[in-house]
This record gives sequence, structure tokens and C-alpha cells, in this order.
Amino acid sequence: MSRDVANSSSENADNKVRFRATGFNPKANPVAAWASFVVVIVLWQLGSSTGFISDLAMPSPVAVAEALWKLIVSGDLWRHLGASLQRLAVGWILGTVAGLVVGFMVGMFTWARSPGVALVSALFPIPKIALLPLFIIWFGIGEPSKFATIAFGVFFPTVINTFGGVDNVARNLIRMGQSFDMPMWSVIRKIILPGALPTILSGFRISSSIAIILLIAAEMIGAQYGIGALILAAGQLYQTDQLIAGVVVLSLLGLCVSWLLGRLDRWLLGWR
Amino acid sequence: MRLTIKNVSHRYDQVEALRDIDLTIEPGEVVALIGPSGCGKSTLLSIIGGMLAPTSGEVLIDDQAKPEGCLNPLTYVFQDFALLPWRTVAGNISLVLEDHPLSRAERDARIEEVLAQTNLSDFRDAFPKQLSGGMKQRVGIARALAVRPAVLLMDEPLSALDAQTRILLLDEFSDLFARTGMTAVYVTHNLNEAVRLAHRVVALRRRPGTIKEIHSIDIPIQDRREGLPELVAHEGALWNLIRDEAIAADKELENVA
Ligand SMILES: Nc1ncnc2c1ncn2[C@@H]1O[C@H](COP(=O)(O)OP(=O)(O)OP(=O)(O)O)[C@@H](O)[C@H]1O
Ligand SMILES: [Mg+2]
Repeated sequence: MSRDVANSSSENADNKVRFRATGFNPKANPVAAWASFVVVIVLWQLGSSTGFISDLAMPSPVAVAEALWKLIVSGDLWRHLGASLQRLAVGWILGTVAGLVVGFMVGMFTWARSPGVALVSALFPIPKIALLPLFIIWFGIGEPSKFATIAFGVFFPTVINTFGGVDNVARNLIRMGQSFDMPMWSVIRKIILPGALPTILSGFRISSSIAIILLIAAEMIGAQYGIGALILAAGQLYQTDQLIAGVVVLSLLGLCVSWLLGRLDRWLLGWR
Repeated sequence: MRLTIKNVSHRYDQVEALRDIDLTIEPGEVVALIGPSGCGKSTLLSIIGGMLAPTSGEVLIDDQAKPEGCLNPLTYVFQDFALLPWRTVAGNISLVLEDHPLSRAERDARIEEVLAQTNLSDFRDAFPKQLSGGMKQRVGIARALAVRPAVLLMDEPLSALDAQTRILLLDEFSDLFARTGMTAVYVTHNLNEAVRLAHRVVALRRRPGTIKEIHSIDIPIQDRREGLPELVAHEGALWNLIRDEAIAADKELENVA
């Protein structure tokens, strides 16, 4: 429409332009987050108190809290939790260190590339818990077989993430380093490692949750102490309050791990 | 430092990118490489700096006249800046000094010196993401100057910047070349940059890349100003030189990803 054309219809009703870009933009609301917990727990307690939820199927929140408290004062919780944490830490660290080393080699060296990718692709889909019986034959029923299961489960996603991260380091930064004649070790340490770090750290989230799953599975197959053993024993005795208490501890454990990883992120990736 | 490009040819699998390039770059000379897209400018620059092995031919560097304290004779300035996002401005410059036997004090002195030269002293602790494009490229320049290069190799250093910043940085480059008498090879698409900065403009032709013509501009760099009639005339002459090639390049379907 040209300005030069006389505007003959100026008295036409002007319609307001309707705002159309609504929705698709959820916002965080911490109050609602906490409130949702309270609501679920209150409803659950109400259901139990009124007998709507059978005590045998699902103990009330109060009963779970009592069971948890008993575990704490008797010291049983610390024995179980200590055993679990130790397995988790040792297994995760072993798997992560090995995975980082192999991941870097696969990411950087032609000779390691194809064999590495082929082996990892072939072994990654195996549910690692299926190998626990084999590890028990190799290492005995004690701790080493559990370490090995967790480490093995952690190893593969770490390798995949690490070499993905190394691959994603901008080529131009590596070339920049080379063009300034930086020695190879400096290029690795100062360019490739920090460049791959964001991907590696997000891989830690995956590998830590895999580690927890394998930890519990391994403890259910054969352990005297450990959260997995606690849950299994409680189930066999129909002590659902203790069983749920164990599950709550696991949930808290997962939250702690993810909080720690969040701190690690902020500390190492502050530049982002 | 004199650079001699002898009989350089290069082919990528299918594409013959460069054929029989012979060129000598004299000390203190700024040479601009121009030519249509895909004529092999970047390829030639990579070969000159030892970042790409030519299929045949060689590049010779006369090591006699290295500047004092030169740590990296052939030094690039990149189109996309190539700054490490996790290092500050000073850290990015420090990066290229850390592997050399310099004392801490010497290193800091060099960093201060190049920051001052590029007007970046107030930004030394900023991270790249906080900087404008122009500032990022100034960091790229500062990093290159910190190693006291004998030859600056610049691949379209201004083409990622907006038009106003480009004008500012072009003036700064022109000052730098006029003041230091730096030897440089400057790849550009922009004929205006070429006539403002270069003593000689090398026009390449494409498929295969060969030298079409070498065009000398005898006005001292410090006397060149935007819109100077002689420069405009040179720019026109260069455009006539590469116009047909540019049209052909524009019409061609890209068959190499
Ligand atoms: N890595 C590569 N593999 C295969 N072909 C390539 C590669 N790099 C460049 N080429 C081809 O070689 C030719 C020259 O490329 P080059 O990048 O040197 O051109 P250029 O003059 O810098 O182009 P532009 O002006 O677009 O930057 C082009 O035809 C390009 O498609
Ligand atoms: Mg190019």
C-alpha cells in the first residue's frame, strides 16, 4: 500500500493486532516445586490414615520416617550406606579413569580409532549386570566383582562421551595451537582437554546413574551390607516400611550425586 | 624475512586447487591475495604457513632476518579469531608464550605490550564471549604480535565483522603495517582492503588456481586514505581483472561440500 494513495477508508474500524506468541515458554517456580512434594506426601498420608491405601502394600509416610529413624539410631543405615558408597566410589572412579584414557586415545589417534569404536559399539549394548556371574567366577563373591561390574558399566558411556567430546573440540582451535608451534602435549592439555570437558562432565551424569543402578543390582545378587541388600532383605520379610526407607535413601543419594556434579560443573565450566 | 613460493601445486582428491604458483614475498612487504571464491587463496595461505603440505613444490623461508625475540616466524590471524573461550584475553595471549623459555616477567611484559598496542589493556581479564567481534579480532592480532612474527598470515581477518567495525580495524591494520613495516600475506575478498593495505595485489584465477596478474600499488601505506582517487582507480582496475571470474564462480554449482 503506497502512501500516495489517498486513504479513503480512514473511518474503517481499526482492529487491534492480536498477540499471538503465547505459550511454549514454561518458567521455573520453586514454590510450586516444593509445594508439589508437600501435596503428594499429605495425600499419601491421608490415603494411609483413612485405610484407602493398604498398609501392607504401601506404608504411610510416617511409618517410613519411623523406619528410617530406626535405621539411623541403630547404626544399620551407616553400615549399609557406607558399604554402598565405597563400592560406588571405587567402581565409578575405576571405570571413569579407564574410560577417559581410552576415550582420549580413540578421539585422537588413528590407530586407536576404528578398533576402539568397533569394540565399544559391540560391548556397549550388553546389560553389564549379566556379566556379574562371570565377574564372581573371576574375582569371587566379595567386593572386587562388584567394583568390576560398576566399573565396566561406567567405562563404556565414558569412552563414548569422551571421544565425542574430543571430536567436538573445534578443529580451528587445534589448528591455531599447531600454527603457533605448541607441542602436542600442550595442545592436548590446554586445548583438547578443556574443550572436551563440557561433554565429559555431562557424561558423568549418565555414568553416575548407571553406576547406582548396577550397584543396587549387584548388591541384590550377593551382598551382606549395602542399600540394595537392605531393600532386598526388607522385601523378603514384607517390611515395606523399611523397604521404602531404603528407596528414599537411594533417592537422596541420587540427589547428592547430581548436586556434587552440578558443583563440579560450575567450578570447571565457570567460563561458559 | 623473504618468503619464496616455488612451483607450488596442490590438489584435493578431485579438485586441482593450485597449479604452479611462483611468488616471492620481500621483507617488509604486504601482499594481498584476491580472487573469486574457491580459487585457492586459503589453500595457498595454509601452504605458506606450513599448515598444509603441497602436492608438489615448496615454500622457502630465509631465516637470516628474523625479528628479535621472534618465537613463531609464520603467524596466523584467523577469520573466526580462534580464541579459547575458557581463557581470558590475557590468557589467550599467554597460551602462545607458555611453551617458550621466557621468564614470567618477560611473558607478562610481552602481554602488557601487545595489549597496549591493540588498546586492549582494559579488557585483559575479560572472556572472549564478553567481547564484540572487533575486540575478539584485536585479541587475535595481539596474540599474533606477542610472538614477534616475521610474517603475518591473515585469512580474511575482517570478513566476520560488521561494516563499521571493519572500517575501524582496517585503519588499525594500516597503522600497524605502516608503523612496524611488518611482512604480511593478506587474503581478502574485499578489493578496498587490498588497495588500502597491500604493496602488491596478487589476483588468482580459478580451477586450477594460478596467478592471473600481480598488481603493484606504489603509494606508501601511511598516505593511503579512504576515497583517495588513485586508490579508487586501483580498485577499479582490480575489479576489471577479476570480474569475469567472479561471475563464473557465482554461477557455478558447488560440487565439493
Ligand atoms: N579440505 C578440502 N577438501 C577438498 N576440497 C577442498 C578442501 N578445501 C578446499 N577445497 C577446494 O579447493 C578449492 C580452493 O579452496 P580454498 O578454500 O583455498 O579457496 P578460497 O579461495 O579460499 O575460497 P574462499 O574465497 O571461498 O575462501 C575450492 O574449490 C574448494 O572447494
Ligand atoms: Mg578461503
